[in-house]
Amino acid sequence: MSPEPLLRARDLVKEFPVAGMAGLLRPARRFTAVDTVSFDLHAGRTLALVGESGSGKSTTARLAARLIDVTSGTVHLDGRDITALHGQDLLEVRRQVQVVFQDPFSSLNPRHTVERIVTAPLRYQKRPIPGGTRSVARALMERVGLDPDHVGRYPAQFSGGQAQRIGIARAIAVNPRVLVCDEAVSALDVSVQAQIINLLRELQREEGFGCLFIAHDLAVVRQIATSVAVMTGGRVVEAGERDAVFDDPQHEYTRELLAAVPRIRPDWDARRRSNVTGATT
Amino acid sequence: MSDLLRVRDLTVAFHGKPVVDAVDFAVPPGGALGIVGESGSGKSMTSLAVMGLLPKGATRAGHIEFDGTDLTTLNERRMRAVRGDRIAMVFQDPLSSLNPYYTVGTQIAEAYRSHRSDVSRRAARKAAIEAMERVHIRDAARRVDEYPHQFSGGMRQRVMIAMALTTEPSLIIADEPTTALDVTVQAQILDLLAEVRRDTGAALILITHDLAVVSEVADTLIVMRHGKVVESGTAEQVFSDPRHPYTRALLDAVPRIDDEIGELQTLGGDT
Amino acid sequence: MTRYVVHRVLGMLLVLFLVCLFTYIIFFALSPDPAVQICGKNCTPERIDQIRANLGLTDPFLTQFLNFLQGLFLGRDYGGGPSAVHCPAPCLGYSFQTSQFVTDMVVQRLPVTAVVALGAAVLWLVLGVIGGLLSAVREGRFTDRFIAGLTLGGMSIPNYVLALALQYVLVVWLQWLPFPQAVRFADDPGQWFLNFIMPWTVLAIGYASSYTRLTRANVIDTLDENFVRTAKAKGLRPDLVWRRHALRPALTPIVTIAGMDFAGLLGGALITETVFGINGVGKLAADSITKNDQPVIMAVTLLAAFFVVVGNMAVDLVYSAIDPRVGKGAAS
Repeated sequence: MSPEPLLRARDLVKEFPVAGMAGLLRPARRFTAVDTVSFDLHAGRTLALVGESGSGKSTTARLAARLIDVTSGTVHLDGRDITALHGQDLLEVRRQVQVVFQDPFSSLNPRHTVERIVTAPLRYQKRPIPGGTRSVARALMERVGLDPDHVGRYPAQFSGGQAQRIGIARAIAVNPRVLVCDEAVSALDVSVQAQIINLLRELQREEGFGCLFIAHDLAVVRQIATSVAVMTGGRVVEAGERDAVFDDPQHEYTRELLAAVPRIRPDWDARRRSNVTGATT
Repeated sequence: MSDLLRVRDLTVAFHGKPVVDAVDFAVPPGGALGIVGESGSGKSMTSLAVMGLLPKGATRAGHIEFDGTDLTTLNERRMRAVRGDRIAMVFQDPLSSLNPYYTVGTQIAEAYRSHRSDVSRRAARKAAIEAMERVHIRDAARRVDEYPHQFSGGMRQRVMIAMALTTEPSLIIADEPTTALDVTVQAQILDLLAEVRRDTGAALILITHDLAVVSEVADTLIVMRHGKVVESGTAEQVFSDPRHPYTRALLDAVPRIDDEIGELQTLGGDT
Repeated sequence: MTRYVVHRVLGMLLVLFLVCLFTYIIFFALSPDPAVQICGKNCTPERIDQIRANLGLTDPFLTQFLNFLQGLFLGRDYGGGPSAVHCPAPCLGYSFQTSQFVTDMVVQRLPVTAVVALGAAVLWLVLGVIGGLLSAVREGRFTDRFIAGLTLGGMSIPNYVLALALQYVLVVWLQWLPFPQAVRFADDPGQWFLNFIMPWTVLAIGYASSYTRLTRANVIDTLDENFVRTAKAKGLRPDLVWRRHALRPALTPIVTIAGMDFAGLLGGALITETVFGINGVGKLAADSITKNDQPVIMAVTLLAAFFVVVGNMAVDLVYSAIDPRVGKGAAS
């Protein structure tokens, strides 16, 4: 492991005022969504933040991507403190940290063509576009496995899986150092989910970005993560290499979580696999 | 003909376009059938067709024999007597499926009273509390007067199940009952459904996209795609020796928690 | 729940105080010297000074404002010595034009305005809810489209045009309604009621149109809710599904909005009262504006603000009583 992590988060805390309880005479009560969370993300690796709803995993990712401000704690990107950046500097950070969201359709402007969507980050960053937006958009489409001839279409003309590919194309357009996937495959059908997971792995191999993968589905995490941090109640209760966490969980909550995941009966699964291999040999 | 529910050649169409296409399946008394499919497979429409709750503009053809009666021949009034009484339904999102304006007790009691016209308000309330106790809602006598927003997601789904139980139905249809829930809560709700089946002898139809969930619950299952049944059989058969290429591909694509299976197998169709 | 109420009442008091302050600033500090107006044509600088002193206009602004507040809650005296006039609480000031206490002027006219507003509110609620329900039930069919056309007309026609047109058609041309006569309810209830038909209609038509649309949209949205499907899946009779699971959630917001609109009208239906010659708060406001009778204009403004703020709070409290999700804390 290289000593210098790509993204380093230390003691992140995020408090939110409790809605509706603010008073004239009394400050609003505060709710701690993220409570002293620390992690390191290295280039070419995937750190999964897993947990149930309300565990603080998404908020943690948003803090790390500097989409929202921390209450306290620090975020370093490539050794540089980005916690308090604003304006132009923050824009540059946002280029290096791109996010793919859960619902592909609501995060794509329905009135813009795919070409405009996937090249938007380039235009926001005012970067030169070699060969023009059309050729860049076509190349991006190809890289995420879509038909380059469809660059003139609108999001509604694509299926859910295809729309998520467009979201990924937009994210990788600016060659980010870090890709944050916030439940990026959770809303997809299982067959499409597998395709998107494969695509993410392939892109990571080619690009070498670090991936912060937020998910509640532990089976998906097992397929894509290199290391795992388990969160509950805003805290990380267990973190480590993927197989260590899955095969030998230390914390009671991790054990409970893993035990609760439904499984296809292993004996049936094993028989099916032997049937398949038996049939082909 | 000992089946509790026997669906033959069921077709549901919107403006002439079939979304459920000549579907056959059967559930024996006390049995558990899983209906598995991805989005757009027609699995939810199938259940709504059995309940006679299809949205406007949908047409239904085929036969739905329930306990010796073809439900498709019943008029709306007689169908209403079956719905919620003999066949109860549990939906995916328990928060939006409960009316925010009424206490959970009122809503559970309403299910009971709409089929027992001679039951007093007080007796219905007592039945509601009993139903809540049966689904292990602690302190039911107090919580019966609380509103849905005061319950957690898992507890709300327990309320929905309690609502289904008051009339002691012989068939419960659960449409993605755990999809909106956290994994630990999902496990509890699946356990509860198993317990309910054991205690009441009710049959269960579980509609889900999740193959792992269905393998833990169902005795028999049908796999649906584009409105058609592509494979059916006992759960053991389908999981250990799937016949249809779609089923095989689907099983290959499911990520397993216990090991990394390398490049996930994918199916054509989406892209 | 109690905490919620206390909270809201405190908030309301603060808002009312700010309304008083700003109204006071606008009408007294920023408008022409009222003493000059009272003094009239044959005026000497001495007399102006005398009037200013009587009215307390020589005091610093803050003192004036505090005096005004004192008048509101405790009453105050204008002028000094034997010629002093005591204005009992709630004192809203003294009209320079009519030599009357503003409070009396407003209080005299409030009942008739309340009758106008209340009648209109009943009318628009009945029309709006029935129209909206009809539209929702017949969604997309002729009735729905016909009602949509009517509401479009109802919302676009200006009050004063409708008022004049109604007067001409119903009274002058068709003579279905008698010419309005000033009668008291006790003397001739029939005539009294007929007098109010046109103002009620004119005021109600715009609201009725927007309430029709609101009701239609709410009912259609509610019928799509999952809990309505649950109610059907229970085997509930359709009338119960409608009454309990569709109407209550759909109509609750409408009733509460009506409360606010009603409160707004209590501040005076300016145009309608003027056109129909109803001697209510709205006409008082109109008259005072033409005569530049500042204390009265300010009192009417304050009154309107008061009703809106109080109405707003009443609506919130009612809402928290009928919607279990509001104001009782989060999930336990």
